[in-house]
Amino acid sequence: MATLEIHDLHVSVDAEGGPREILRGVDLTVKQGETHAIMGPNGSGKSTLAYSLAGHPKYTVTGGTVTLDGEDVLAMSVDERARAGVFLAMQYPVEVPGVSVSNFLRTSATAIRGEAPKLRTWVKEVKEAMERLHIDPSFAERNVNEGFSGGEKKRHEILQLELLKPAIAILDETDSGLDVDALRVVSEGVNRVRESGQVGTLLITHYTRILRYIKPDHVHVFAAGRIAESGGPELADKLEEEGYEEYVKGGASE
Amino acid sequence: MAETIPAGSTTDGVIQVGQPTDARVSAPASYDVADFPVPHGREEDWRFTPLERLRGLHDGTAVADGGVKVEVSAPEGVTVETVGRDDARLGRAGKPVDRVAAQAYSSFEKASVVSVPKETVLTEPVRIAVHGEGGTAFGHQVIELGAFAEAVVVIDHTGDATLAANVEYLIGDGAKLTVVSVQDWDDTAVHAGQHTASVGRDATFKSVVVTFGGDLVRLHPRVVYGAPGGEAELYGLYFTDNGQHQEHRLFIDHDTPHCRSNVAYKGALQGAEAHAVWIGDVLIRAAAEGTDTYELNRNLVLTDGARVDSVPNLEIETGEIVGAGHASATGRFEDEQLFYLMARGIPADEARRLVVRGFFAELVQQIGLPELEERLIDKIEAELEASVG
Repeated sequence: MATLEIHDLHVSVDAEGGPREILRGVDLTVKQGETHAIMGPNGSGKSTLAYSLAGHPKYTVTGGTVTLDGEDVLAMSVDERARAGVFLAMQYPVEVPGVSVSNFLRTSATAIRGEAPKLRTWVKEVKEAMERLHIDPSFAERNVNEGFSGGEKKRHEILQLELLKPAIAILDETDSGLDVDALRVVSEGVNRVRESGQVGTLLITHYTRILRYIKPDHVHVFAAGRIAESGGPELADKLEEEGYEEYVKGGASE
Repeated sequence: MAETIPAGSTTDGVIQVGQPTDARVSAPASYDVADFPVPHGREEDWRFTPLERLRGLHDGTAVADGGVKVEVSAPEGVTVETVGRDDARLGRAGKPVDRVAAQAYSSFEKASVVSVPKETVLTEPVRIAVHGEGGTAFGHQVIELGAFAEAVVVIDHTGDATLAANVEYLIGDGAKLTVVSVQDWDDTAVHAGQHTASVGRDATFKSVVVTFGGDLVRLHPRVVYGAPGGEAELYGLYFTDNGQHQEHRLFIDHDTPHCRSNVAYKGALQGAEAHAVWIGDVLIRAAAEGTDTYELNRNLVLTDGARVDSVPNLEIETGEIVGAGHASATGRFEDEQLFYLMARGIPADEARRLVVRGFFAELVQQIGLPELEERLIDKIEAELEASVG
C-alpha cells in the first residue's frame, strides 16, 4: 500500500531581496485509498506544496523529508517522481505547441507504464476515458492545452489522471474556474479513480463546493505555510460557514 | 497556422510601400565580382554574417583547388552536360546579387547543365551529389525544364568544403519542378550561393531547402516570373546547432500579373552561439496585379544562447492584388513546458524531442514528398540526439 509521508517540509522561493520561505514545516501522511482535502486562503502555500511535491524547479526545499513508500521523493527528478506514482493535476496546465494530445498521452503512458501500451487497446482506452469526461474526440488531434478553455484544460488533466493511474494524485485547485456542470464531470472522473482504492488523493482547494462531489476522509486547513488544523469532513462544514478568518489573523505569509 | 506558434516573442516585419527593393543591398546585381565592393559587415545585406568565417569567399582571397566533387545521376531522357564559361545557356535566370555569388560566377571554370526536354515527365529524381573533400571551389549549375516537363531534382551537399556556387532553375511554360537542396555538410564547411528560379507561364516551382550542417551556410533562394500564371512554393527547414551560422535570404520578385508564391521556413536552434538568419523579401511591383503571396518563418529556440534574426519584408506597389501577408515568430521551449511534460513521466531529452518533432511535423507534411519526409524526420532525430547529448 502506497504511502506518501511529508515530514517537517520547508520550502523557499527566490524573491527580490533573497529567498522567501513559503512552507514552514508541513507534516502530512497520505495513504492509498484516502482522500485528504487541503483548504486554505490565497497565499497560504497550498499550491507551493503541490508543486514542491512534483519537483518544480522554482521551489527550493530547505528542510524536511518526503517519502513514497520509504523512497526519498526529494532526491528524484520531476519525471522520476511521476514514474514513481506522483501525479499533479495542475491549476494552470501549460500549452505545448506542436505536440498533439494523442501523441502526448501515449508518450506519457509509455513512460509511466514502462512499456508502450498496445495500440489497439490503447485507442479504445483513451476513447472511452474521453467519452466519460465529455471530451470531444477531436481533442486528440489538437495540441496539448493550446486554445483549450479553462474547463477543457481541467478535464484534460483528469483524463491523464484516469489513464496514468498514479499512486498519489495531487489535485491543485482543479475546481477553480469551473461551472457546476464541468465541476460535476471532473469530480466524477476523480471519483472513478478513487473508487479503485488504488490512489491516495490530495485535493487542494480554496472552496468547499467541490467537497459536495468529492467526499474527503480528512480535511486540513492550511495557513501561513503549514497545517493549522486537521479534522474530518465536519471541518469543511465549519469553513463553509465561518471562512478562513480565524486562521488568517496575524498568520498569513502574504 | 497561427496555432502552431510556440510561446514567445513575435517579430512582425515592416511593410514598406513603394521603396525600391535594392535599397537594402550594397550594390546592384551584376555578373562581375568587380562591381561589388568588399563587404565590411555593416551593410544591410551583410550585417548578420560573420565575414571572418567566409574563408575569403567575400574578399577575393579564396582560391579554388578543386576539392569538391559533383556527380549527377539522371534518368533516361535527361541531358547532363559539362560546359565552359561561354555557354549561352548560363546566366539567364538572373544576375548575382552579392559579392560572393558574383565571385562564384566570375570564378567557376566548368558549369553543369541538366536539361529535361519539353513534355518529358520524369518518374525518378535527378540526383546531384556535391561532396566536399576539404577543398575550395566555385560552381555553377543550370537545371532547365522544357515546356510541360515535370521533374524532381535532389541536390545533396556533404563533406567539408569552402564552396561558393550558384544554381539556376529555368522552368518552361506549364512545367513543374521540385528541387530539394540538402545542406548536410560537416560542421566545418562553408557554403554560400544563390539559387534563382525563373518561372514560366503557368509553371510550378517547388523548392525545399534543408540546412543541417556547415560552420556557415548563406543561401539566397530567389524567384522571378517570366510570364503570368506562375506559382512558387518555397519551403525551408533548418536545425542550427552550437556554433553554426545558417542564413537564408529569400527574395520573390512579383513583376508579372497573376502569379502566386508561398513561403514557409522553420528552424530549430540549440546550443550556445547557434545563429539562424531568415530574410524574406517579397516585392509586388506595380505591374503585378492579381498577385497572391504569403510568407512565414517560425523559429524554436531550445536552449539559452541561441540567436535568431528573422526579418520579413513585404513591399507592395499595387493595390490590385489577391492577397499578401507575412508572419514571423520565434518561440522558446520554456521551462514550464518541460516541467509539464516531465511531470507526466517523460524524461527531459524525450520531452524536447517531442516538441521539436511536433514543431517540424506540419511543415514536413506540407512539403508532400514521402521519400524526403522520412529522411527529414530521421535527420531531425539524429540532430537532436547529437546535440541534446
